[in-house]
Amino acid sequence: MSAHSSAQPGLPVLPGALFGSRQGEITQVPSPLQRAVDVTFRRLCHAFAWFTILLVTFIVLRIAMSAAPAMREQGWGFLTGRVWDANAGQFGILAQIWGTLYTSILALILGTAFGVAAAVFLSEGFLGSTIFGLLKYFGVHLHPWWGRLPDQIERILKELIELLAAIPSVVYGLWGIFVVIPLIRPLCHALHEHAGWIPLFSTDLSGPGVLPAVIVLAIMIMPTVTAISRDALVSVPVKLRMAAYGLGATRWESIFAVILPTASRGIAGGIVLAFGRALGETMALAMLVGNSNQINLSLFSPANTLAALLANNFPEAGPREVGLLMYAALVLLGITLVVNIMGAFILQRAAKNAAE
Amino acid sequence: MAASVQPIEPNSRPVASPHDHDIVMHCDIRELFYGNFKAVRDTSIPIKKNSITAFIGPSGCGKSTVLRCLNRMNDLVRGFRFEGKVRFRGRDIYETGIDPVAVRRFIGMVFQQPNPFATSIFNNVAFGLRLNGYKGDKAAKVESALRGAALWDEVKDKLHKSGLSLSGGQQQRLCIARAIATEPEVLLMDEPCSALDPIATRKIEELMTDLRKKFTIAIVTHNLQQAQRVADYTGFLYVDTSMGGRTGYLVEFEQSRKLFEDPQHKHTKEYIRGEFS
Amino acid sequence: MAEPLSNPNLGIEDPFAGVDFSELEHSLRRPRTFMDFVLNGLVTLMTLSALVPLFSVVLMLLWRGGKRLGLALFTQLPPAPLETGGGFGNAIVGTVLMVLLAVLLSVPVGLMTAIYLAQAKQSKVAEVVRFAAKVLTGFPSILAGVFAYGAIVLTTGGFSALAGAVALSVLMLPTIVLTSEDALRMVPSRMKEASVGMGATSTQTVWMVLLPTAMPGILTGVMLAVARAAGETAPLIFTALFSNYWMWSHGEVQVLQPTASLAVLIYNFAGMPFKNQVELAWAAALVLVLFVLIANLIGQSLSNKQVQQG
Repeated sequence: MSAHSSAQPGLPVLPGALFGSRQGEITQVPSPLQRAVDVTFRRLCHAFAWFTILLVTFIVLRIAMSAAPAMREQGWGFLTGRVWDANAGQFGILAQIWGTLYTSILALILGTAFGVAAAVFLSEGFLGSTIFGLLKYFGVHLHPWWGRLPDQIERILKELIELLAAIPSVVYGLWGIFVVIPLIRPLCHALHEHAGWIPLFSTDLSGPGVLPAVIVLAIMIMPTVTAISRDALVSVPVKLRMAAYGLGATRWESIFAVILPTASRGIAGGIVLAFGRALGETMALAMLVGNSNQINLSLFSPANTLAALLANNFPEAGPREVGLLMYAALVLLGITLVVNIMGAFILQRAAKNAAE
Repeated sequence: MAASVQPIEPNSRPVASPHDHDIVMHCDIRELFYGNFKAVRDTSIPIKKNSITAFIGPSGCGKSTVLRCLNRMNDLVRGFRFEGKVRFRGRDIYETGIDPVAVRRFIGMVFQQPNPFATSIFNNVAFGLRLNGYKGDKAAKVESALRGAALWDEVKDKLHKSGLSLSGGQQQRLCIARAIATEPEVLLMDEPCSALDPIATRKIEELMTDLRKKFTIAIVTHNLQQAQRVADYTGFLYVDTSMGGRTGYLVEFEQSRKLFEDPQHKHTKEYIRGEFS
Repeated sequence: MAEPLSNPNLGIEDPFAGVDFSELEHSLRRPRTFMDFVLNGLVTLMTLSALVPLFSVVLMLLWRGGKRLGLALFTQLPPAPLETGGGFGNAIVGTVLMVLLAVLLSVPVGLMTAIYLAQAKQSKVAEVVRFAAKVLTGFPSILAGVFAYGAIVLTTGGFSALAGAVALSVLMLPTIVLTSEDALRMVPSRMKEASVGMGATSTQTVWMVLLPTAMPGILTGVMLAVARAAGETAPLIFTALFSNYWMWSHGEVQVLQPTASLAVLIYNFAGMPFKNQVELAWAAALVLVLFVLIANLIGQSLSNKQVQQG
């Protein structure tokens, strides 16, 4: 059997063309236009992918370059100065750094507690089993409509918690001013009266302050913690749960001994990302924290954060102040970048572990 | 090659004569690698006009790989390397300067899993026409392709419905209709019935013997009876594990009847007997 | 040892007589069971209390924002201090326009990047792009504003809708890239194979198979990004600033002038000591939340569509 070269005798094989397309045949070699479009489109996609990388680099460089003159002028003293006074020509952001970290850490503690609790509640079928028990009590657990209720309600609850993240931060700020502050003021006043010796309660709440800001911030970051933790908890293999239950562990013994440790990497990643979000959050803090450059442990004293400083001063900043604000922005960028990269890294390793 | 071929259905088509000018494609693989893994070696198979050529062999023998060589689908696999020639229309399709995209337009393919697009039945079939910038009457071509795939009567009232709404067997026939709508010269079928039930398989087999009148078909199958029922020629591939690898190679290529009734090679004999006993 | 049965008539030994069955009964007096009960209650309570803010926000919006809801809000301009009435028609126009402009800027870039990522899968560039996009998701929104201030406001010499839109598009980009890539990858690879096997160029495969099949998922990502951008305030405060006037003058839309937005209006009016302005802030918050929720709902329903299709 010899390999024959000409399938169609008499058919001219054009040197440049691939195959001689015959007249009236549907099948055609790709037209020059199709080829040109293909190459152009692929190059364009590649170019835009590079553009995304360059954009991130450009953003960082742009901010760094704008900050450079101020950095040269102020040096490290900018980071340790406690006063921001344009009239006195004194600029320092230690108070803002302190406020940023203090509010974020407190909000993280609060948001993590509730967020992880909600994640456990959603992933371990608490609600479903309770409702199922109720339905069984009324004898309708096999009913075609009622029987679906546990799943439906769990889904709705999950979506409601996700909805918390959808509300714009400025609306939370508004709500904080007109609902949270009036609501907690009597309680704060009482705490200050009776337990003022504790540093946390050493001043009185006069309106905006750390506590209302922390409460609202915690509400804003909770959905992040819940969503990521729930994903991590759900992906714990069923066989591990079964092993724990099979040994006679109660539900909570298996949660603490097996499920939470297995999901800990994912939960940790979620917490770190939520921390990054809290550090960068602007509006709720600008509206609730009081914008006063103080370093104070008290929950009721006003404070300031880096993001709020930028939000308040940029609109009316002169050229000199813009440089200083860019310096502050660069500090904020550095802090959030480190935290976010850490979070992404932890989550990536958690995902890799889960895959193995 | 033997001098005369007995067609399986004597009335359906003229006797295939083994003259060279009947060879549409000639696949000549010397060595084929995926990365460092040598998947196939020394396989030379001619594919004749208006015939069905089947590739059989134990799993892992590289029969699908050989088939995918014929329209350069392997190019999509990372680390694919190829040493040899696949001749089609007077050219080696692996020659530098040949566009694999163009190759695939002339050599259509039907896959193991039915894979219609998530769009209407009509658009599925018209897909290839659009690719090729067909200017004529698309509706007529779609109808004739669907008739050719024996699907027209079942779908003519719901051409706008999603291709995914059809049953498995119907989906596979839709994919065949999609492949033949552009009237490619060769149709490659990679285990087209393995995901289907016996009744759907039956229909596809009937369709293949019908399509042979217009097209040239190469098919991979793990079902020996199927090869016996539909194929004019059959190539048997076997796995060589001697070097510690799993490299497939062609053991025997013959007219189907001859291969199944009087296999020459030891491996072929064992394989065919093993399957039947 | 087994005691004789209490029923003397039978006279058979009970094999379970030595077992204290009360041990098996559910009782809260056992510490383990009790702990379980307490923790169940605690977690339930914490989860439900997490929803209190949501209901509180929604109720307040309906109660305080609903009072002013009317046509005037959409047709009138923001009032000056101590003025009565007024609305925020210009802020709605400004928000819609800036979000649309941001969509125009970010969707082509984001989608093409996603197409590249979905095709390139494991290449080094793809890894870096994905990492960049993830870093950008956690990027504080105010820094997008700082960037737009440096790149647009300082170079064009003034606050403008364009600067606001650029800031918003930086925030939308990563969402669009990551969700679109996911949607494109969810297209079954056998569909891609079918298209390639027919001799489609990779561009034809993208346009004729991948994009139509992944469209619901892509639109979900775009809607989520729109919902987020519409509510963003921080990047607008010092890029678009605010304006008390309509965006058009001399019959032209002024893209390079300071522009009002709902979010900044809420921020500005929330801190004012005037009842009228505070009421308008609540009404604007209601309108904004409705806008965001509708965008979210559209996105959700589209993503359900893709799930059904897959």
